[in-house]
Amino acid sequence: MIELRSVCKRLGSRQILDGMTLSVPKGMNFVLMGPSGSGKSVTLKHVIGILRPDAGSVQVDGQEVPTMDRQQLMALRRRMGYLFQNGALINWLSVADNVALPLREHSKLGKGEIADRVQEVLRMVHMDHAAAQFPPSISGGMKLRTGLARAIVTRPEYVLYDEPNAGLDPIISQQIHELIVEVRDQLGVTGLIVTHSRACATHCGDRIGILENGRLGLEGTVDELVHSDHPLARAFLGGGAD
Amino acid sequence: MNPFAPIGRSLIGRADGAGYVVDLLLRTGLALPRLRRRFRFTLDMAFNAGVRSLPVTMVVAAFAGAILAMQTGIELRRFGDTAVLGTITALSMCREMGPFITGVILAATVGSSMAAELGTMQVSDEVAALEVMSVDPVDYLVLPRVVALAIMCPLLTVLSDLIGIYGGSVIAEHNLGVSPDLYWISAREALTSSGMLLPKEVYVGLFKAFVFGIAVATVSCASGLRASGGALGVGLSVQAAVRNSVILIIVLGFIVTWFFYFLAG
Repeated sequence: MIELRSVCKRLGSRQILDGMTLSVPKGMNFVLMGPSGSGKSVTLKHVIGILRPDAGSVQVDGQEVPTMDRQQLMALRRRMGYLFQNGALINWLSVADNVALPLREHSKLGKGEIADRVQEVLRMVHMDHAAAQFPPSISGGMKLRTGLARAIVTRPEYVLYDEPNAGLDPIISQQIHELIVEVRDQLGVTGLIVTHSRACATHCGDRIGILENGRLGLEGTVDELVHSDHPLARAFLGGGAD
Repeated sequence: MNPFAPIGRSLIGRADGAGYVVDLLLRTGLALPRLRRRFRFTLDMAFNAGVRSLPVTMVVAAFAGAILAMQTGIELRRFGDTAVLGTITALSMCREMGPFITGVILAATVGSSMAAELGTMQVSDEVAALEVMSVDPVDYLVLPRVVALAIMCPLLTVLSDLIGIYGGSVIAEHNLGVSPDLYWISAREALTSSGMLLPKEVYVGLFKAFVFGIAVATVSCASGLRASGGALGVGLSVQAAVRNSVILIIVLGFIVTWFFYFLAG
């Protein structure tokens, strides 16, 4: 379970998070929405320990993330996957090598087992045909799918998705949404998804939280929020949204 | 507004940058036992560094040796002592010019490219991606680059020394009337007179090159890893990498010379 309690974070002169409290139960996809610069990605970075809060508590399975030493943080990160906006693939590694990277670095699997596992996840994200290609020669959607394969290849308990459909056309976005649902249903992964997209939120989410003034202004199930008259819900999930 | 505030901020920024470089160097040193895992990548880096800077090094070293011989020869001719031209060119190239030329060329060609590569990775979240995969960026990105330049800078310096001395010999023969035999004998005697297997002039020069290689790679990687703000930030990091590398080459060159020739005798 991912839990943030009263987290405050100032970056430069701006108070990004101001008493942020959030709880993501296991096996669920929690969608975090909010205006640009409202602290969605900053929240993800606190969960994975890239940022430390100025005040408050960030816990994963009861372990306090900000007080972890480097070894503990590395152990935690091995249980997590992170999908960056643009995939953040290493340019000089092929698609297959990018996906294999976390396994080569941390697992004791042999070359054959790593190749099999890579092939398996690449098939899952429909990228097995492009295994030998390099990131500069593939499309944005393919980069994201490769990034997703890399995030799940270690069979993590949690995956954090940072704008998984930013800049993608509706068809590719839909493919990514289906993959996120598949990852939850087939692998039992808990997801924390940051997005602006109504389609992504309603398709992938079990619960949705909307940020306002550095904290959750509204939270509920997808059904509750889609049918809510709350101005925040209408702004992000109403008919005109997306 | 306090008129000293901008100066203070600038000094704090520079101290922070210098601290980051020292910290990165220490962390790279601590990562050395894991070099075996990065051996292939380190070789690729070393090969690339060598190939990329070899042509420029050869041209610059040849002309530097030629200029050195020309300028020195003009004065020596006035005293009728051009016989020592080989000695002076060889000693100057091995002690100072060879390592300096190689270091500056590596900073301009390989260091700038390292800063650009790592800077682009930083601004496009690739470094953050390594961190969230529990892959230490120092171990994965910096260590191979530092080791590659620590190896390649001395190797290129040997080449630079030889080509520089050769460049001097061409001028000595054609413009100053010094016979090639006399030039090469005096050059060889200057470098072997100590009777040591590796004369001091050569090993101090190679040590300098080794230090320059480490400095250029560390400063360039640090600049890249501290890049922020998109393409503009990457450009500034490349600029900072080359500028700081050249300054460090001059300062470290002075310190090494002072240590070996004045402090340690």
